[in-house]
Amino acid sequence: MTPAPPLWRVDRRPLGYRAAWGFQRDLVARRQRDEIPDVLLLTEHPPVFTLGKSAQRENLLEPPEALAGRGAEVVETDRGGDVTFHGPGQLVAYPIVHLGGWRKDVHAYLRALEAAAIDTAARFGTAATRREGLTGVWCCAGGAPRKLASIGVRVSRWVASHGLAFNVTTDLGWYSHIVACGIRDAGATSLEAETGRAVPLDAVADRLADAFAEVLGRRLVPAPGDLPTAVGAHHGS
Amino acid sequence: MPSDIIMPQMGESITEGTITKWRVAVGDTVERDDPLFDIATDKVDTEVPAALTGRLVEILVPEGETVTVNSVVGRIAAEGEAWSPDETSESDGEPASGVAAETDDAPTEAPSRAPDSASAKEEALPRPVRRQPRSSPLVRRMAREHGVDLADVPGTGEGGRVSKRDMLAFLESREAPPAPEPEVVEAPPAAAGAPAAEAPAPDPQPPPAAPARLDGDRSEPLTHMRRSIADHMVRSRRTSAHVTTVFEVDMSRVVAIRAANGPAFEERAGVRLTLMPFFAQAAIDALGEFPILNASLGEDHVVYHRSVNLGVAVALADGLIVPVLQRADERNFMGLARGIKDLAQRSRTGALTPDEVQGGTFTITNPGPFGALFGTPIIAQPQVAILGVGGVHKRPVVVDGDAIAVRSMVFLALSFDHRLIDGAVADQFMAAVKSRLENWPEGDLKP
Repeated sequence: MTPAPPLWRVDRRPLGYRAAWGFQRDLVARRQRDEIPDVLLLTEHPPVFTLGKSAQRENLLEPPEALAGRGAEVVETDRGGDVTFHGPGQLVAYPIVHLGGWRKDVHAYLRALEAAAIDTAARFGTAATRREGLTGVWCCAGGAPRKLASIGVRVSRWVASHGLAFNVTTDLGWYSHIVACGIRDAGATSLEAETGRAVPLDAVADRLADAFAEVLGRRLVPAPGDLPTAVGAHHGS
Repeated sequence: MPSDIIMPQMGESITEGTITKWRVAVGDTVERDDPLFDIATDKVDTEVPAALTGRLVEILVPEGETVTVNSVVGRIAAEGEAWSPDETSESDGEPASGVAAETDDAPTEAPSRAPDSASAKEEALPRPVRRQPRSSPLVRRMAREHGVDLADVPGTGEGGRVSKRDMLAFLESREAPPAPEPEVVEAPPAAAGAPAAEAPAPDPQPPPAAPARLDGDRSEPLTHMRRSIADHMVRSRRTSAHVTTVFEVDMSRVVAIRAANGPAFEERAGVRLTLMPFFAQAAIDALGEFPILNASLGEDHVVYHRSVNLGVAVALADGLIVPVLQRADERNFMGLARGIKDLAQRSRTGALTPDEVQGGTFTITNPGPFGALFGTPIIAQPQVAILGVGGVHKRPVVVDGDAIAVRSMVFLALSFDHRLIDGAVADQFMAAVKSRLENWPEGDLKP
């Protein structure tokens, strides 16, 4: 039996959104050229609102200047999906995965991301589920569904980037400035809000990395130390 | 011969995608594997690379439009291949210089008509399949918006290419907008020995009539919800043998009970006491008596549903949704009131889960609020009946022999599937609903 293909784990916390985006582009280009195996980038961003390609501008409930006044940047990015928030206390996972080496099915890939997040939530005592037609991971027990993890992906020549934002101890007040993912009245939640405990981000990162490697059938290994971070190497970072 | 650019299948469950961006302009060259266009499906944006190095000769699906997978979205000519305006032709090996004459001179359509039909709009005739001249996405959009067939527009550009200026000139010169196409035209127009030798045979089955569009009209793509509603309504009309029976019900007693118990009920239940739960309760009770109205019809069998899963139609700003109160027959009156209120509220905020709009066995709809006396509702498939509740209005009615009194009256309309349900049964069901409402027991609001 051949061993599972490797999945390089890279931790960069915290990392600015644009820097992480540049890093991802670099990793995507190298993955497309087969210079590196699949990579899982785990990070945490300073406050930023990002608009996906399908974003409705009106789902940002305040002008960018007002949000800047609150200390959050607004970035138009190239992932799928609508508006979302990233910030301290939120674990962001960017898997750079060649779907050609897995399954050429972007929806199956979304379901895999959800599975990893659901598994991780369960490990920390939170029952999370999928909701059909509403990509992401939700907590539905005891009230209206609340979103625990958001998903937005870009695929270029079958290499996936962007990924999953998982609220661990995120200040949920940030979500009042947007209609997250374009779904009205779908509140946001976090592991802390669900369990009443402030779970350390490191522990969640470890579990999510394991769960993700498992659903993808990859062997999680630390990335070699010489992997350039590309921070500052790309415009806008 | 340019190659088709195909909407790729990005996954098993993916049937369509929206083109969000063309990264290459018509006429520009693209290297193989370079990004050609972007598509969005659910939460995934995908960059689609060019399959070969060449020149993008045509964009068939503009940005913002959604198409099914495997559709042709554009055409690309391999490197070195001549850029022929005739690329829509299927004939392989045609010389690159073979510019089709008939597309260059659109007015040549005129002599192909019989003289006596000269005043008729040519749109009234079934269209032969005509070659579309070259044009930009902008011009195509203008053509769509104005209901213009591009082949009608004299193109002054290279190889008959229709420019924006050509299109504007054409629109200006056009005195009247085209008449809508009739649904069926039996006689082919190429009669009277018209010199239409070059025109291909008319399409034997013309496409459905396009809506008439006058200058200044606005065209908007249908939302997913609107398409679903449209499909469902037509399917239901085709499936069921709809008959509607209308009953008049005296609601005075219920109105009085509601007035007397409203505030206390609201305090206990946490929701305002409306008339809807009264109608729902009456219908559920009557369904217990006449289970054939809480059934579904298969090819050669009928399924009687154990529970009443009550659909409650809710009007939205941009459509209609029918959330389902599961096992409504197991709820007491207060549970019904709460459940209906909760579903209506969450319908309007888009917070329903998919299983909350499925599995209905009987539906109530409410065409009353704007003053309708009653409607004749369309059955929600695969159900066999739907109850429409009109507005409750005070009216003079004859009571107790020859006396006239002012009573709160409502029309209840039941549409039922006559394939399964006979008129007599439907009317007995309605009589039970009526009797339940007119004789509502005083103490029935308690949990």
